[in-house]
Amino acid sequence: MDTVLGLDLPTWWFLLIGALISGYGILDGFDLGAGALHLFFRKEQSRRIALNAIGPVWDGNEVWLVIGAGALFAAFPLVYGTILSVFYLPFMLFLFAIIFRAISIEFRSKEEMRWWRTMWDISYSVSSITISLLLGLILGNLIQGLPLNARHEFVGRLSDFFNPYAGLISITVLSLFMMHGAMYLIMKTEDRLYAKLTIIANNTSKFFILCFMATSLATLIYVPHMTAIFKAYPQLFILPIAAVLIVLNIRRSIEKRQYRRGFISSAVTTALLLILFAMGLYPNLVLSNVDPNGHISIYEAASSDGSLRTMLLFAAIGMPLVATYTVFMFWTFRGKVKLDEHTSY
Amino acid sequence: MDNVELLSRIQFAFTIAFHYIYPPLSIGLGVCLVIMEGQYLRTKNKVYEELTRFWIRIFALIFGIGVATGIVMEFEFGTNWATYSRYVGDIFGSALAAEGIFAFAMESAFLGILVFGWNRVSPPVHFLATVLVALGSIFSALWIVIANSWQQTPAGYRIEGTGMQARAIVTDFWAMVFNPSSVERYSHVLIGALLAGSFLVLSVSAWYILKQKHVVHAQAAFRIGLWVAAISALGQLFTGHQSAEVVTKYQPAKLAAMEGHFEASAPADMYLVGWVDAKTQTTTGLKIPGGLSFLVHQDFKKPIPGLNSIKPENRPTAVNFVFQTYHLMVGIGMTLIGLTLFSLVMLYRKRLFQTRWLMGVFVGAVLLPQIANQVGWYTAEVGRQPWVVYGLLRTSDALSQAVRAEHVLTSLILFTLVYMMLFALFLYLLNKKIQHGPDIQTTSQEPGLDSSSRMNPILH
Repeated sequence: MDTVLGLDLPTWWFLLIGALISGYGILDGFDLGAGALHLFFRKEQSRRIALNAIGPVWDGNEVWLVIGAGALFAAFPLVYGTILSVFYLPFMLFLFAIIFRAISIEFRSKEEMRWWRTMWDISYSVSSITISLLLGLILGNLIQGLPLNARHEFVGRLSDFFNPYAGLISITVLSLFMMHGAMYLIMKTEDRLYAKLTIIANNTSKFFILCFMATSLATLIYVPHMTAIFKAYPQLFILPIAAVLIVLNIRRSIEKRQYRRGFISSAVTTALLLILFAMGLYPNLVLSNVDPNGHISIYEAASSDGSLRTMLLFAAIGMPLVATYTVFMFWTFRGKVKLDEHTSY
Repeated sequence: MDNVELLSRIQFAFTIAFHYIYPPLSIGLGVCLVIMEGQYLRTKNKVYEELTRFWIRIFALIFGIGVATGIVMEFEFGTNWATYSRYVGDIFGSALAAEGIFAFAMESAFLGILVFGWNRVSPPVHFLATVLVALGSIFSALWIVIANSWQQTPAGYRIEGTGMQARAIVTDFWAMVFNPSSVERYSHVLIGALLAGSFLVLSVSAWYILKQKHVVHAQAAFRIGLWVAAISALGQLFTGHQSAEVVTKYQPAKLAAMEGHFEASAPADMYLVGWVDAKTQTTTGLKIPGGLSFLVHQDFKKPIPGLNSIKPENRPTAVNFVFQTYHLMVGIGMTLIGLTLFSLVMLYRKRLFQTRWLMGVFVGAVLLPQIANQVGWYTAEVGRQPWVVYGLLRTSDALSQAVRAEHVLTSLILFTLVYMMLFALFLYLLNKKIQHGPDIQTTSQEPGLDSSSRMNPILH
C-alpha cells in the first residue's frame, strides 16, 4: 500500500477530513451559535450588530462544510453514499435549514416592516438551532453505530435515530455552539449588548459543562466501544484529560473575563471532542451496531491510491490557500462592529 | 421505472434546474463587474464606482441563493444517488473536492470583501477581490463541467469490481480532466453564462434608459454589457459547433435524438423547426434535406447512424423533448447574435439609446439566455439517458438503496414549496434593488459617457 511520510493514504484522508470537519465545527459553530442566541437580543440595533458581526464571514465558514463533504465524497465515496442516504430525511431537513438560514440573513434587513424582520429573525434562529441539533443527532448516531448488515445495507428504521443518547449529543452540540457564539459576539460588541452577552456566555458555559459531564458519563456507560482504545493504549488517556482541562479553562477564562482565551478554548474543545470520536472510530469510518462485518473501514471505502495521492497534492496546495483567505477575512473585519452606512444587515 | 427512481430524477432535475438560474448569472455578472471596476480604477470616474457598488449588491443576492441551492446539489449525490456516488467517487468526487478547495473557497471569502470591504481595504485590493471572485466562479464552473463531461465521455479510467460493487478508478488524471468533451462543453457553458450575466446588465440598463432614470450610469453599463454579450454570442456559434461535433463522435444516440433521425443508416436532415412522433418514427417540419450529413461530413448524401441503429434499451426515450430543447437553444443563440450585432451597429450610428423599441426588447431579452442555458442542459442530460455515466452506468442502477419513495416524495414536495418561495423572494428583492438603482453622488455628466460620445468604455 502506498504511503506518504509513513502513513497510508486512507489514513491521511481520515485525518484530513477530520481536520476539515473540525474546522467547520469551529468556524460555523460560532455563527450557528450566534444564530441560536439571536432571539435573546431584544432590541433591533442589537440584532443588527449581532448579524453584522458574522456578516462578512459566515459564508466563508460554510465553505468548510462544502469542502469537507466534497473530500468525503472524493476519498470515501462508499461512506458518503451510505451516511447521506441512511440519514436521508435528517439531511434533507439540514439542507432546508441551511437554505432558510441563508435567506434569513440575506433578506432580514431588506425591509423596514417590523413583522418582516421578526419573521426572519425567528427563521434565522430556528434554522441555526435546527442545524446544530441535526449535526448532533447525526454525530450521536454515528458514535453508537448504525444498523448496517454485512453488506453495509441499512436494516433499521428512521425512528431508530431518535434515541436518548443522540438527543443528549444534540443538546451538547447546541450548548457548545451557543457558548462559542456568545464568546465570539463578545469580541465583536460593546456597551450593553456586550454586558448582556457576558451573562449569556456565563450561563451557556455552565450549561455546556453539565452537558459535557452527562455526555462523558453516558459514553462511558452506554458506548464502551468508543473508549476501548484507551484500554489498549493507556498513554492516550492524556487526550480526555486535556479535554477536561480545556473545558475547565473555558469557565476560568469567562470568570476572569478573558473572552478571547475562552473562545480559543472552546474552539480547541470542539476539535478535541472530534479527535476523541475519530480515535474511537479508527480504522473504521462507520460502525455497525448489528454486525461487526457491517463496519465500513477506511480501507474498504477509500478511493484508489492514485486518486487519493492526486487529491492529497490538491489539499497540500489548496488548504494553505483556504487558511490564508480565512485569516485575511478575519483580519480585515477585525475589531468591534459599528453600524454605519456600509453595514449591510 | 420504479417510484424511487422517478421521484429522485424529478427531484434532481428540479433542484439542478433551479440552481442553474443563479451560477451563470454570477459568472457573467462577475466578468461585467471586473470591467466596471477596472474602468473605475483606470479612469477614476465615479460613475463606474457607483455602477460597481450597485451591481455588487445584485451579485451578492444572486450569489447567496446560488450557494444555498448549490449545497443541496452536493448533498443530493449522496442522499439520492448513493450507488452512483460510490461508482464515480474516485472521479466525480475529486473534481467536486477540487472545486470546493480551489474555487468556492476563494469566491466566498472574497465576496465578503466585495460587499463589506469598501472602507476596509484600498481600491486596488477591492478590485483584486472582485477579480478573484470572478475567477473563482469561472474555476467553479470548470470543475463542475469537467465532472459532468466525464459522465458524457468517460476517459482515463478503468472499471474495478462487478455488479453492484463495480466502480470507476482514475488511471490517468489528465486524461480524465481533459476527456473528449470537457474543453468544448466548458467553453460552451462558460459563454452561456457570460450571456446570462451580460443580458441581465443589458435588461436593467435598458429599463433605466426607457424610464429616463440614472441614464449616464445605464448607458455606461449598457455599453459594457453589449460588448460582452456580442462577443459571447458570436463565440457561442463556434463552441456550439464544436460541442455538436463531440456529440456526433461520442454520443450518436444523442445526436440522432437532437435531429429526430431514426433510420439506421441514411442521410440525416437538419430541421429549423419540427415535431417528432416517436411512435411512428417520423419527424416533420421545416428542414434542409441532408443538412446534418453535410454539417458532419460536408456531404449531403452521406449516412448518419440513426436511433434504430442503437439497441432499444440504450436509446433516449424522450426524443421529441430532446429535439425541441435543442432547437430552442439553437434558435435563441441565433437570435442573440442578430440582436447584439444589430445593436452594435445602432451604437456606432449613435441611435441605439434613442431606439425605444430596441430598449424594450432588451428589457425582456434577459430571459433568452436563461432559457437557452436551461434547455441546452436538458438536451445534454436527457439526451444522455438511459445512462447516467454514458455507456457505463444506467440511471436506474445509480440510486440509493436505503431510500424509500415516501421519503423522496416528502423532500420533493418541500423542495417545490421552498424553492417557489425562494424564487418569489428573489424576484421581489431583485426588483427592489433595481427600483432603488445606483446611489449616485456625481452631479455633472462626465465626458465620454453621454449618449453623443463615440468613445467606447472597453475599447478606447
